[in-house]
Amino acid sequence: MKIRPNAILEVDGLERRFDVSAPWLNRVLERKPRRTLRAVDGVDFIIQRGQTLALVGESGCGKSTIARLVTGLHAPSGGSVKFHGDRDRMQMIFQDPFASLNPRWRVGRIIAEPLRTLRPDTPDAVVAARVDELLRTVGLSPSDGQKFPHEFSGGQRQRISIARALAGEPEFLVCDEPTSALDVSVQAQVLNLMKRLQKEMDLTYLFISHDLSVVRHMADVIAVMYLGRIVEIQPTKDLFANPLHPYTRLLLDTIPDLEAPKRDRTPMGGEVPSPVSPPSGCSFHPRCPLAFDRCKVERPQRRAEVHNRRVACFACETGAAATGLKETADV
Amino acid sequence: MSDIVLDVRNLRVEFPTRKGVLTAVDDISLTIRRGEILGMVGESGAGKSMTGMAILGLLEPPGRIAAGSIHLSGDRIDNLSDREMQQVRGRRIGAIFQDPLTSLNPLFRVGDQLVETIRLHTDLTKAQARERAKDLMREVGIPAVEERIDNYPHQFSGGMRQRIVIALALCAEPELIVADEPTTALDVSIQAQITALLKRLCRERGTAVMLVTHDMGVIAETADRVAVMYAGRLAEVGAVEDVVRRPRHPYTAGLMGSIPSLRSDVEELQMIPGAMPRLDAIPSGCAFNPRCAHAGPKCRRDIPRVEGTQAAACWLATEGAVA
Repeated sequence: MKIRPNAILEVDGLERRFDVSAPWLNRVLERKPRRTLRAVDGVDFIIQRGQTLALVGESGCGKSTIARLVTGLHAPSGGSVKFHGDRDRMQMIFQDPFASLNPRWRVGRIIAEPLRTLRPDTPDAVVAARVDELLRTVGLSPSDGQKFPHEFSGGQRQRISIARALAGEPEFLVCDEPTSALDVSVQAQVLNLMKRLQKEMDLTYLFISHDLSVVRHMADVIAVMYLGRIVEIQPTKDLFANPLHPYTRLLLDTIPDLEAPKRDRTPMGGEVPSPVSPPSGCSFHPRCPLAFDRCKVERPQRRAEVHNRRVACFACETGAAATGLKETADV
Repeated sequence: MSDIVLDVRNLRVEFPTRKGVLTAVDDISLTIRRGEILGMVGESGAGKSMTGMAILGLLEPPGRIAAGSIHLSGDRIDNLSDREMQQVRGRRIGAIFQDPLTSLNPLFRVGDQLVETIRLHTDLTKAQARERAKDLMREVGIPAVEERIDNYPHQFSGGMRQRIVIALALCAEPELIVADEPTTALDVSIQAQITALLKRLCRERGTAVMLVTHDMGVIAETADRVAVMYAGRLAEVGAVEDVVRRPRHPYTAGLMGSIPSLRSDVEELQMIPGAMPRLDAIPSGCAFNPRCAHAGPKCRRDIPRVEGTQAAACWLATEGAVA
């Protein structure tokens, strides 16, 4: 692969399978076969330094598994994750600010931990000063370091998680649904904080969310996932101006729009199939209004000659998407 | 007048604690008409679920209705005994909760649960009730009803389970459905299916729906009118188009501004400084005044109330100026 000086993360053909077979005895007695769940099924993307790439998709599409593969919490079953930065300077922010902070530790100690791990010889006074500074950076007060996590609200806890992540002097942050557990007004505070920090510290984000409006606000590039694969990847502006994949279009059509209240629309039919037994060919074909024979047998790839590797869809290759989806959009 | 299904007047819900009495719902009045969906929106702790629970008669002790009244189609229901209230719940008010798994008994087939509920509220025979259960399942959009009726809840997906719960709520053809975060646990594409279903049922059957959710998008899309709650009080009530497009209460305006838009680009989202007060520390006057950019002395002194059908509980909005 040719070297891209500006890429901080290159993910290539990434796969992760989980064995979800019944226990051995059941398999023998009930003659059940082994079953594998393909949580991530051949995913490629590149993140440029200082940018935000967002993974969006519905539950079970594999976006959180990718976060865990990138941070090394899971080992890949296939493919590769190449990180061109300092491994020690990769940090993660989790969704649940109640589960991700040690309830027995004071906030100051929680924030100091990555610092002490990264530079064990730092004198206590320097650590304390740095913790105070970090608390101020995320909009808390230095005296909050003496408190325990339970004394804070959800939004404040997420700020603590961010301060802890920043303590590791990160260049790359993996954020797995960082605001999903928060109320909208608090979400706005946290998102603004994350954007400000990115600018000030030149951070790179891998941002995982199910919320397209949040992703639109945060990301430079958006990858839409469906059943363990990226079906479309585009710069944010292009994705919203000209969504290519039928799934993306349906998804955009489904999200409630505040600017168009009381809209009557036809919701997308069907449900996300189980990743244990995904449909043949393109896994979206049973729900796709444009599916034709080829989609049922063959699996579409993102190819250079089709919209410059932005979309994995046969209908887009034949051009049916352009005309066919216009009709569905007007319904 | 007969059009009004739910009439809540000056409702007050209190929780006596060791440290004093907390007011979770403070002087709320609202009505829902036949076939109307009222959205109750607010952030965690605003009292929206508590209002729904009070209407259902499901307040957890020591929580209690301390003042006000609740009328269902003209009959007062807030002072009924538990036994009488049980008759009202299910038969006249249906309930849909966030997590469909906790609303269904995992040990019984969904068909049996539907049949049991139908027979509890009607005089149908077992066979008739089963037919009715199938009709209901078809109505809420469950495919292959003949096979699915004998499945257990775990054999359904989240969206399908929520459909079953809606079918359960519809069993006795209630006048009112209280739906508390019915789509929060679901993915967007499934969420859209469920809200479309609620809207259709409400339109076809004339059921009044109280839709409690934190999601302004769901409200905008589903509700006819919306009530915004803040710190146990109503901040603003009005037609959904008006509240969403032209919010009159500064809190509503801030809430709308803090939601990332799907259309326009902003570098920074609007923020409401601070956080909602805890129930034991609600400021005097307007509960929002410490976070409000326009607050004046009157706001710190007197509590503004929502008056009429289209209004904001704000001195600035009602009097045009803050004295």
